[in-house]
Amino acid sequence: MDLNGQILESKSQLLQTANGHDQIQDLRTKAMQVFENEGFPTIKHEEWKYTSLVPILRKNYSLTASAGKVSKEEVEKYSLKTDSYRLVFVDGGFSEEHSDLENAPFTFLTLSNALGSKEEALNLFGKIAPIEDQAFVALNTAFAHQGSFLHIPKGTRVEKPIELLYFTSKAQNEAPFFQIRNLILAEQASETQIYERHQNLGESAALSNVVTEIKVERDAIYDHYKVQNDQRDTALVDNTWVEQAENSFASVDTFSLGGRFVRNNLSFLQRGEHCESKMYGITMIGENQLVDHHTLVDHKVPNCQSNQLYKGIYTDNAKGVFNGKVYVHSEAQKTNAFQQNDNVLLDDLASLDTKPQLEIFADDVKCSHGCTIGQLDEDAMFYLKSRGIRDKEARAMLLYAFCMDALAGVKLEELKSKLKSVLAKKLGVELDFDL
Amino acid sequence: MLTIKNLRASIEDKEILKGINLEVKPGEVHAIMGPNGSGKSTLSSVIAGREDYEVTAGEMNFLGQDLSELDPEERAHAGIFLSFQYPVEIPGVSVTNFLKTAINESRKAKGLEPMPAKDMLKAMKEKMALLEIDRSFLSRSINEGFSGGEKKRNEIFQMAMLEPKLAILDETDSGLDIDALRIVANGVNKLKSQDNAVVVITHYQRLLDHITPDFVHVLLNGQIVKSGDKNLALELEEKGYDWIKKEQAPIG
Ligand SMILES: Nc1ncnc2c1ncn2[C@@H]1O[C@H](COP(=O)(O)OP(=O)(O)O)[C@@H](O)[C@H]1O
Ligand SMILES: [Mg+2]
Repeated sequence: MDLNGQILESKSQLLQTANGHDQIQDLRTKAMQVFENEGFPTIKHEEWKYTSLVPILRKNYSLTASAGKVSKEEVEKYSLKTDSYRLVFVDGGFSEEHSDLENAPFTFLTLSNALGSKEEALNLFGKIAPIEDQAFVALNTAFAHQGSFLHIPKGTRVEKPIELLYFTSKAQNEAPFFQIRNLILAEQASETQIYERHQNLGESAALSNVVTEIKVERDAIYDHYKVQNDQRDTALVDNTWVEQAENSFASVDTFSLGGRFVRNNLSFLQRGEHCESKMYGITMIGENQLVDHHTLVDHKVPNCQSNQLYKGIYTDNAKGVFNGKVYVHSEAQKTNAFQQNDNVLLDDLASLDTKPQLEIFADDVKCSHGCTIGQLDEDAMFYLKSRGIRDKEARAMLLYAFCMDALAGVKLEELKSKLKSVLAKKLGVELDFDL
Repeated sequence: MLTIKNLRASIEDKEILKGINLEVKPGEVHAIMGPNGSGKSTLSSVIAGREDYEVTAGEMNFLGQDLSELDPEERAHAGIFLSFQYPVEIPGVSVTNFLKTAINESRKAKGLEPMPAKDMLKAMKEKMALLEIDRSFLSRSINEGFSGGEKKRNEIFQMAMLEPKLAILDETDSGLDIDALRIVANGVNKLKSQDNAVVVITHYQRLLDHITPDFVHVLLNGQIVKSGDKNLALELEEKGYDWIKKEQAPIG
C-alpha cells in the first residue's frame, strides 16, 4: 500500500490526534476532503511533471512515530555556534531540554498549544497556504499537530538568530512520516532571522512534509535560511508561504546540499506596496539525489520588487528542477521582478529541467529572467592548471566562484562560513576561499 | 633546459605543428616570430600541456623530464609558465586568491609549507611596484573587465610571483601602449637571470628593442624554417615574411 492508502486507512485516528480549536477542526476536515478528492499529484500534474513522487510514496511509513532521543553533541553539530535562540524538536516532539529561549523577546508555543487557544495562531493557520491543488499542504493542514508558533511583537528587533531544528532520531528504524507546521508572525517593524534545518540522525528513510506560513507585517525585515543537507535516504517536501505587507522585506534562502529527495514549494504573496522579496539558493547534489525548486511570486500590488537567484551544481546522476513562476497582476504596476537560474552539469548522467514562467498582466513593469545550463569552462580550467593549480582544486575554485553570488545576501556570518566549508568539502578540497 | 624534437601536433585531425625542433638553454632569450596562423600559440599551448591538442610525434624534454608524462599543473610545478595571448576571465576568483592558491599549490607539490601570509603580501607589493600595478587590482576578479593592457600586465605579474624557470610570452606586447610595453619589458628583464629562460612570441620588433633575444626563429606553417640572431628580427621587420616563404617554396 502506498502512502495515500496508509493515510486513508488511519484517517480517523490521525484526525483525532490532530485536534485543536473548533475553528481548526472545520478546516482540518475540509483539508482532508480536498486531499481525499485530489490525492497525491502524479507527473500528469503541471507542477509535478518533472518530479515523480512514486518512489517516495511507495514506502511503508509509520504515521505515528514515537519520539526518541538525541544527544547534546548531535544538537550542537547541526546548530549555529554563535549565540542564538534555539528550538529543538525530536521526531516531531518539542524538546525542552535541548531548546534555549532565555530572555527571548518573542513568543514561542508548540503548534498544538498554539492551536488550542492562541488567537494569533488561529488567525494564521491555513490563512496563507492554500489547500486546493496543493496535496501536501492539504494533508498537513488536515493532520499536522507538531511544529512551532513564533510571534515577534511589533517593533522588536530579535538580535540573535532563531534556530528551528527538527531532528529525526536514531530510534526511528522504519520510515517515519512527519508533518510539521510552522506559523510565524513577524509584526510591524520587527526584525527576525530564522535558521531552519531538518536533519535525520539515523538511517531511516524519513519523509517530512513541512508547511510554514509566515506573515510579514508592515516595515518588518524577515530573513529565513534553510539548510538542507540531510542523509542519503531522507525525503523532504517543504512548503513555505510568505505573505508580505507594505514596505516589508522578506527573504528565504535555500541551500540544498543533500538528501535523497527535496521538493521546495516556496511562495511569496505580496500584499502591500513597496515590499521586496528575495529568494536565493544554491543546490549542489550528486548520486541519486533530486532537488526540485518551485517558486512563486505573486505580485498583486504596485511598486514592489522580487529577486530570485538560484545556482545549481549537479554531479553523477543528480537531477535538478527549477520552476520559477512570477505572476504580475494587472494592478501591480511598476513591479520589478528579477529571476535567474544558472546551472552546471558536471556529468553526462546529471540532468536538469529549468523553466521560467512569467505571467504578466501589467504594462509598466520590469521583469527579467534567465536560465543557463553549462559545463565547466575548459579555457578557465586550463588557465588555472597552467598556473599550477591541480585539477580538483581548479574545478572547486570555478564552481565556488560560480555559486558565490547566491551567498551574497546571507547576513549570518557564521552560516556563510559554514556553507563555504560545506561547499569546499563537497568539492573535495581544502581551500581557504575567504581571502 | 627545454628540448623539442620533431614535434607534431594536431587538433581535430588537422595537423598544425609539423615537426618542430627547438633547444632553449638556461639564461637564453628566444624570440619566435611568424605570420598569423602559423602555429605559435599552438606551440606554446602544447608546451604548457593543453589537452585539446594531440601530440602525434616527437618529444619534449624539460629539465630532464619527459613533458608528455606531465599534466599542465605538473609542468607549472616544474617551472613552465605561459603568458596567454588571450588571458581568460574568471568571474568570482580574485587575483589575490588565485595567486595565493597557485603559489601554495606549487609549494605543496614541492613538499613545502604554504607561504606565510605576510611574505605573500610582501612579495605581491614588490612585484606590483615593479610592474606599476595599482593595489586595487588585487581584489578584482581575474581578468574580468580588464583592458587588453591590464590583462597582459596581470600575466607578467603572475609570472613575477611564480618565478618560473621557463616563461613563454605569447604576444604579451599586443594591447600594450608604449609606456606599458616599457614597464612590462623592464619587468621581464629584471626577472631574467642565468638560471631561467624566456621565449618571446611576437610580431613586432618593438618588444625586442627592450628584450634582446639571443635567438630568433621564424615559424611558418607549423615549422621553424629559419633561425638566426637578433638581426633576423630586424630583417623581418623590414621585409616581412614573403622572402622566407619564397625560400621555402618547393623547387622545380
Ligand atoms: N582549437 C582549435 N581548433 C581548430 N583549429 C585551431 C584551433 N587552435 C588553432 N587552430 C588553427 O591552428 C592554426 C594555428 O593557430 P595558432 O597556433 O593560434 O597560430 P598563431 O598563434 O601563430 O597565430 C590556425 O590555422 C588555427 O586556425
Ligand atoms: Mg597566437
